[in-house]
Amino acid sequence: MVQSKAGFEAGVKDYRLTYYTPDYTPKDTDLLACFRMTPQPGVPPEEAGAAVAAESSTGTWTTVWTDNLTDLDRYKGRCYDIEPVANEDNQYFCFVAYPLDLFEEGSVTNMLTSIVGNVFGFKALRALRLEDLRIPVAYLKTFQGPPHGINVERDKLNKYGRPLLGCTIKPKLGLSAKNYGRAVYECLRGGLDFTKDDENINSQPFMRWRDRFLFVQEAIEKAQAETNEIKGHYLNVTAPTLEQMMQRAEFAKEIGTPIIMHDYLTGGFTANTTLARWCQDNGVLLHIHRAMHAVIDRQKNHGIHFRVLAKCLRMSGGDHLHSGTVVGKLEGERGITMGFVDLMREDYVEEDRSRGIFFTQDWASMPGVMPVASGGIHVWHMPALVEIFGDDSCLQFGGGTLGHPWGNAPGATANRVALEACIQARNEGRSLAREGNDVIREAARWSPELAAACELWKEIKFEFEAMDTL
Amino acid sequence: MKTLPKERRYETLSYLPPLTDQQIAKQVQYILDQGYIPAVEFEENPLPSDHHWTLWKLPLFNARSTQDVLNEVRECRGENSNCYIRVIGFDNIKQCQTVSFIVHKPGASRY
Repeated sequence: MVQSKAGFEAGVKDYRLTYYTPDYTPKDTDLLACFRMTPQPGVPPEEAGAAVAAESSTGTWTTVWTDNLTDLDRYKGRCYDIEPVANEDNQYFCFVAYPLDLFEEGSVTNMLTSIVGNVFGFKALRALRLEDLRIPVAYLKTFQGPPHGINVERDKLNKYGRPLLGCTIKPKLGLSAKNYGRAVYECLRGGLDFTKDDENINSQPFMRWRDRFLFVQEAIEKAQAETNEIKGHYLNVTAPTLEQMMQRAEFAKEIGTPIIMHDYLTGGFTANTTLARWCQDNGVLLHIHRAMHAVIDRQKNHGIHFRVLAKCLRMSGGDHLHSGTVVGKLEGERGITMGFVDLMREDYVEEDRSRGIFFTQDWASMPGVMPVASGGIHVWHMPALVEIFGDDSCLQFGGGTLGHPWGNAPGATANRVALEACIQARNEGRSLAREGNDVIREAARWSPELAAACELWKEIKFEFEAMDTL
Repeated sequence: MKTLPKERRYETLSYLPPLTDQQIAKQVQYILDQGYIPAVEFEENPLPSDHHWTLWKLPLFNARSTQDVLNEVRECRGENSNCYIRVIGFDNIKQCQTVSFIVHKPGASRY
């Protein structure tokens, strides 16, 4: 067949020509991404950057005739800036702008399928990490976001001017529903606001979900009547299918529990968004666990940084999200951690490279997500936690409550006394960073529960090198 | 080893020994320093689900010193000594309540 000049020219086109556009000025409605890119040796950064933009938007490896039936300029991602990463050989920050029309309204699933889809296996790259996203206000406004947010949660719970206190019930596997309920009751009557299902607890043979829900709800009601404070337990509704998840959520609401829980990465964004919408419609708070995040966010040169996963959760919906503790057994660098904590709970966050924030993010009044600091923390960490996280956080002492020599209830009281002593001292203008240990010691003089906790844990220290540095 | 006694609590600062007026003044100073609007609430037999206690007069929009607030707490306590009393704070920028702490409990407390 003779190819006429007016026909279609097949072949592999150089991405660079179409997708690398250093003169482009991003629009306010563009979704912006910053990737940390490690090209294969010999691949120039502009070519790799263009390939990232192409592969995560309209590009296919070869030219197809149906391309000519579309307006490519309206849909293509554009690599508009590339800068070498300081102190790294052959690593570049690659900035890509995506037009708004590429994404379905209200769908984190669709957004991620595009931006972190096939491109992460692309051969021209040795490694690729999504560092940050700027979600344009026009797109954000298509998302419900957190079912309630921090302020509404506080109003519902009647708790102000201090972090909330929680505890994960242990051992994580093997307790019967009734024994589990007792552990919950003891923690809550001692002064915790919340207890939590471990993420592994779904509905196993030793404890089916319905039995757990009923015994736990009884524990909540008893502790609430006894202490005269509102109590809750994150009932994990994570399930094998969406239908089963919703069945558990409906039952939790029916028995009057205030908060349920979901694992958003293993459960998936579609399930999470469905649940978050249901939670808003039904007045149930939603606690979000992040199992599997370290698989995605731990490597510095490949994967997705947690600040992006946190942003995605705020869009998909959740009232609490685990954020790390800065001080406990799962340490994260303080500036970086507080960077994504701000992205979770503030309304407007300025670009700040020193904290890993590559784009100014306007949340346009979307409610904030409460950060949850959990893992390896005890009473001696309290001053630092209050200082670092402030009031709008949930501090979870698992071993730090259940490991108290007198049991769960005195363990809970020790934590609550330590917390309130820190709040009182901070409000009086004392520096928790400098005088934190004194504040705890002073309170231990009149609180025997706190004194016993201080005695047990004084020697324990966690000193791991932080993995997450710039 | 000790069994934790059963005791009713009233949220923030209710696990501390009862605050002296001097300690209350310091907490009030914090409210004023933050730019929050202080108010006083009281209730005879509050339940955990009672989000609203009875408001003492109106929020103290024009309070300039801790003494202004403390005077109201004292007056409220004088007239309602059988009631629980708390000081709360509103943030009109965030448009929500941000502070609440108990300043008077009619019964005895362990601490």
